[in-house]
Amino acid sequence: MKIAITSRGETLDSEVDPRFGRAEYFLIGELESMDFRAIENKNVNAAGGAGINSAKVVIDAGAEAVLTGNCGPNAERTLSAGGVRLYTGVKGTAAEAVELCKGGKLTEAGGPNVESHSGMNK
Amino acid sequence: MRTSDNIVVAIASGKGGTGKTTIATNLAHVAAGMGRKVQYLDCDVEEPNGHIFLKPNIEKTQAVTVDVPEVDLKKCTGCGKCGEICRYSAIIHLKDNHVLTFEQLCHSCGGCLRVCPAEAIKPKPLDIGDIEFGKSGDIDFVHGRLRIGYVRTPSLIKEVKSHIKDDSLAIIDVPPGTSCPVVEAVKGTDFVLLVTEPTPFGLNDLKLAVGLVRDMNLPFAVAINRYGVGDKEVERYCEAQNIEICFKLPDDRRIAESYSTGDMIVDSLPEYEKGFTDLIEAMTV
Repeated sequence: MKIAITSRGETLDSEVDPRFGRAEYFLIGELESMDFRAIENKNVNAAGGAGINSAKVVIDAGAEAVLTGNCGPNAERTLSAGGVRLYTGVKGTAAEAVELCKGGKLTEAGGPNVESHSGMNK
Repeated sequence: MRTSDNIVVAIASGKGGTGKTTIATNLAHVAAGMGRKVQYLDCDVEEPNGHIFLKPNIEKTQAVTVDVPEVDLKKCTGCGKCGEICRYSAIIHLKDNHVLTFEQLCHSCGGCLRVCPAEAIKPKPLDIGDIEFGKSGDIDFVHGRLRIGYVRTPSLIKEVKSHIKDDSLAIIDVPPGTSCPVVEAVKGTDFVLLVTEPTPFGLNDLKLAVGLVRDMNLPFAVAINRYGVGDKEVERYCEAQNIEICFKLPDDRRIAESYSTGDMIVDSLPEYEKGFTDLIEAMTV
């Protein structure tokens, strides 16, 4: 399964970025092969629509699940429309998040867990 | 017989709470008392409050809508052009023919409708608020009320201003700040009165407002409310910038008391009427 993790850096030992729409990077790769590549997020400083456009980035990259800290309503709606499963409240390093995902320890979010614009100026 | 005018005056400020509505409503009241045809338009549509003081009889309510896109997914070919042209992410194309719209983000530019090669997008009206019309004595009263949670403030302000009469002195109560709603409210007016207070906060935001009206090439002057508190920096700034201070309302506890009960200053404290009369004459020559 292809997943996307929001990350503060380009490698799996980076911390999970708590913001979805304004995450610094998306680490995208197959759970099975553990081969991840980093996509720099151009929406970090977007005036608006960061969550929607970030959701489009991970959908276009073919991710089937997103692991992140917080996700707002517009991003959640876009991910859901794209058929992407959402896991919020994820902390620690990206590698630790991958392990939790592999072990089936993450619970799928039932919806957004923060309001719009929660990731601005952070 | 009432005297006809064709002048539009905007009462604005950078800082909130400086007394825009106090001055605007009292001006309207005094102008009507002088026998002039006067219209008061509250463009602070996110929280209009002029009605608290003017107590109009509302005679008519009109809904205001804007167009947002509605996509017929059966016609969509999945080209993605709608999402590419939208600067506000209000419409986004996902894989295949999956298109999502976010009505609250739409600015109604119509770009997505035009670029769609399959004519799959149609305009759909979105109700953003109401305009209410009424009478407060001889004053024609108009105000807009934006629906809670909606962000199309400038669109509603534009609609309120479309009801400006060309035979009246129109007094526009402008929202605070210096952002898009303020630009929309002062646009095309004949004169802007910038209301401030003589404090560092008042001065800071006055400078922003002066920058805005100068950029827009609008004639303006400054009114100082609660004159006597704070310091002399606003006056020093205006003198250095060659800006006229055309009105001063003193820091008088009785004014605050009158305001707090929803009364007009000129009714409770007639000694202030002459100041407002002089201000109207100064603004409308």
